[in-house]
Amino acid sequence: MYNFSQGFLVISTAMLEVDSAEVGLNYSLKSSATENISTSTNDSTGGHGSSTITTLPIVIWKWHHVETPYLVALWILTCWLCKLVAELNHNITSVIPESGLLIMMGFILGGIVWGADKAQTFKLIPVNFFYYLLPQIVLDASYCMPNKLFFSNLGAILVHAVIGTCWNAGTVGIALWGCYEGGAMGNLNIGLLQFLLFGALMSAVDPVAVIAVFEEVHVNEVLYILVFGESLLNDGVTVVLYNVFDAFVSLGGPKINAAEIIKGIISFFVVSFGGSFLGVVFAVLISMLTRVTKNVQVIEAGFIIVLGYLSYLTAEMLSLSAILSITFCGVCCQKYITANMDEKSVTTLRYVLKVMANGSETMIFVFLGLSAIDQNIWVWNTGFILLTILFIVIFRFMGVFFLNWLLNQSRLIPIDLTDQFVMGYGGLRGAVAYGLAASLDEKKIPEKNLMLGTTLIVVYFTVILQGITMKPLVQWLKVKKATQSDLTLNGKMNNRVFEHVLTAMEDICGRMGDNWWTRHWNYFEDKYVCWLLMTSDARKHKDPIFGVFHKLNLEDAKKYVNEGESKGSLAFIRNYDNASVDFKKQLALEYADIMPDIMNDMSEYDFGIDNVPVTSVMKNPLPSVSLNVHELDRKSMLNDLSAHHLLDQHLYKSRRDNRPTYSRSHYNTSENPDEMQEIFQRTMRSRLESFKSAKMGVNPAKKLSKHPKKDSTHKPNGKPADPHRTHPYGDEDFEFSADSASSSEIAGHFPRRNTNAPGAGVDNPAFIPEMDMSPPMRNPPWQTETANNMAVAPSQTAQGRLPWTPTNLRHLAPLRMSTRSTDSFAMADASVDDEAPEEKSGSHHTRL
Amino acid sequence: MGSTNSTLLKIPNVEVLMQETGFSPAHIIRLHDRFKALDKEGRGHLCPHDFGAIKELAMNPIGDRIIGAFFSPGKETVDFHTFVKILAHFRPVDKDRPKEPNSPEPINSRSNKLKFAFQLYDQDKDGKISRDELLQVLRAMLGMQVTDEQLESIADRTIQEADLDRDDTISFEEFRKSLEKINIDHKMSIRFLR
Repeated sequence: MYNFSQGFLVISTAMLEVDSAEVGLNYSLKSSATENISTSTNDSTGGHGSSTITTLPIVIWKWHHVETPYLVALWILTCWLCKLVAELNHNITSVIPESGLLIMMGFILGGIVWGADKAQTFKLIPVNFFYYLLPQIVLDASYCMPNKLFFSNLGAILVHAVIGTCWNAGTVGIALWGCYEGGAMGNLNIGLLQFLLFGALMSAVDPVAVIAVFEEVHVNEVLYILVFGESLLNDGVTVVLYNVFDAFVSLGGPKINAAEIIKGIISFFVVSFGGSFLGVVFAVLISMLTRVTKNVQVIEAGFIIVLGYLSYLTAEMLSLSAILSITFCGVCCQKYITANMDEKSVTTLRYVLKVMANGSETMIFVFLGLSAIDQNIWVWNTGFILLTILFIVIFRFMGVFFLNWLLNQSRLIPIDLTDQFVMGYGGLRGAVAYGLAASLDEKKIPEKNLMLGTTLIVVYFTVILQGITMKPLVQWLKVKKATQSDLTLNGKMNNRVFEHVLTAMEDICGRMGDNWWTRHWNYFEDKYVCWLLMTSDARKHKDPIFGVFHKLNLEDAKKYVNEGESKGSLAFIRNYDNASVDFKKQLALEYADIMPDIMNDMSEYDFGIDNVPVTSVMKNPLPSVSLNVHELDRKSMLNDLSAHHLLDQHLYKSRRDNRPTYSRSHYNTSENPDEMQEIFQRTMRSRLESFKSAKMGVNPAKKLSKHPKKDSTHKPNGKPADPHRTHPYGDEDFEFSADSASSSEIAGHFPRRNTNAPGAGVDNPAFIPEMDMSPPMRNPPWQTETANNMAVAPSQTAQGRLPWTPTNLRHLAPLRMSTRSTDSFAMADASVDDEAPEEKSGSHHTRL
Repeated sequence: MGSTNSTLLKIPNVEVLMQETGFSPAHIIRLHDRFKALDKEGRGHLCPHDFGAIKELAMNPIGDRIIGAFFSPGKETVDFHTFVKILAHFRPVDKDRPKEPNSPEPINSRSNKLKFAFQLYDQDKDGKISRDELLQVLRAMLGMQVTDEQLESIADRTIQEADLDRDDTISFEEFRKSLEKINIDHKMSIRFLR
């Protein structure tokens, strides 16, 4: 509070022109309404000329009515189409980062515009950039920021963002000035202050460009968060610094004395910390608001966006740092709103933000490229341009190395040299620098165009050149990549144990370490913050261990439901025997080693024929023996019967049954709470079930760890589910799945075969356990997890899975083998060569 | 400097201790001071209730287990050497130190850190984390937030995740495998012990 009032005092008395903060507001409101386009108005394409009408017109050409929004929409469309084109070829995007590609598309577009108009009619205006394009990008970036990682590295990030930025701004400015004085640039009308201003705007490391590149290369998480966090905060700092220097420039050299400089420094801190604080305030507001939005779920997600934007504008209004404000708003509220809001709203928010951020990102880059055709800005000064590029690279490296050296003195895990190098190299300049340069005031800075042109060149240089070389560099330096960590309960639980252990050890040592702070914050948060910001429901379930558990369960449930839907039937629920899961898996593996050729064949089949469940046919052990029309009929009837039975027994409906209704304010989805609850419980129960059954498994299970690897190699063969549903032969699938169900039943009961004769569908043992005694929970639904691989008959796939990894494994091979194994057992000594007819018959059936 | 030496001299076999744990003299002295502060009765060793007197430790949900880790089975006391050796588990791994080929595995190696964590679960010291043992820890950590039923399914799922040989328990090998992707050096190190 003290800072605040003093800040206002300073700002108002010192007449620092910080109040038009981020942007020079020298553009009319009209232009700001035109999103990012200023149109040349001299083209009067159409328009309704006369105001008096003589007769009633039926339709009128009203171009001018819609001109502005129309052009905006068209440009958005054009930019997004550019992205579409840029993303077409993955070979190119893997070499050139997307941001660079978009800039190049911008060049091309610019060329077209130039060819048509011979002038630049559209360009990126700072106002539009700062008010309509940037906020959502920053909000998205901060909202999706890995929270914990960010706060645990906050110190390092701040050091880099604040000190590093000041260092860059100062040194680049001074070094350029020195060179200018030394005569390296010829005759320019620039003083030290202007150079410093230029240095300040050049020190903005662009988050968009950086994220785009670093996400592509998957560097390790600490490096990622350092670069990402730095670039995000650095923008805010840059803008503040820019404003301070801008004020100095307008104040003029002679008037600057020690007092003004001190005021400048104070205003720097007030503006940045005030902005951050305001962001936190808004985060609190948002979190509290989401506590009560349960009844307006539809617009729940919108609140966050609007309030986030308001935090940006409010900071702007108070001449505080808007970027920092929205950054901290996003970072801080993330945890609480995720807990408070409905899961659907969270997803919605995430996607909406992504759409907006990606959209404006695309536009920014395209327009950056497009700006190249502006003739006015190209004031060439070789010395100035080359020296700028040289200095920003050199000083960036120096700053990064020095600050990291400082940080490493006290870091638990020091940042190693390659990481530091990549950090330095990752100093890509982007749209923020350009936006700031574009908002320079030509009256105060006569060489504005030179600066703008240079900025553009620097942006092109860093984004395109450094962007392209980043990936090879990372590979060449062998920078630690991000390890793909799965969501596991073990990991989460042990993390918690470790935290407890560390705090305990610190207590025993009697020192206040990092964990002391973490723990006390957690305690404080538990006790007060959560009470204030979270709904009571959310509070109950906010524990991370439970959270992971919940997520895993939800995933399973979703897979389960999706699978059911993609099958178009609930046949997959009929999962007869869990006990043999393990056994068959093992057997399959053993066979897999012996007969790889066959499996290859199978996968080819799967590739060749999309929408017919080939494998389910092939899997069928019966066709050569007992395939006749009557039996098929009978089976399909039985199958229908069982389907009805199942529908009665199980709560779920496939999406088909769900009548599409429209309601203005409520989502209507098939999963009502009860259903979700039911699914949830079932997944839990079935997990237990399968687990137990796995234990009873016949084989003692040797190396299970190798399964996932094996299966994942097959995974790409999985087909998207859709075509199947509408397939005219859908019935066929039904029949065969009935067949295969019975077969799998045999397979399932194999270990204790004496209960059911392995008869070829004569009395269809499949339904016996079902009708007789199956309580709902006997069928572990989530076991049927093949999801992607819809060509496999559901009940079979269900059996093939590992009880503990509900992933989309490809079960073709194991399953095939499993049937085979039953065959071989049922027919005592069936030889391998009946493989061939079987397959033939399989392909034959597909043509039925 | 003089006081440093004199404190060090008071500790028997300090050279060996430093060799084994890799602690610097400054660390040893600091830990020794702390040890003496904890040892209120001045017996030269610590009892469980000495640890229990640490206020924050009492708040720690698995505090008693951690205290238990200081005492080898059957023993009621812990002397300074053991005390330091236990704490040495949490010394960050130093990369600069040249590795002597013949030297024994340092106390702060990854697997030793893991072993320490493992024994927090494995209270009956049979080399396996059983469902009950896991359940106890989970209950301590999750507390009132979840129901017993949920707790049990969490425990089951956790075992399922790690259990490779299907014996319904987690052996150390399985424990290590399940944490393969976690940076133990990072998670089980205290900065000021560097």
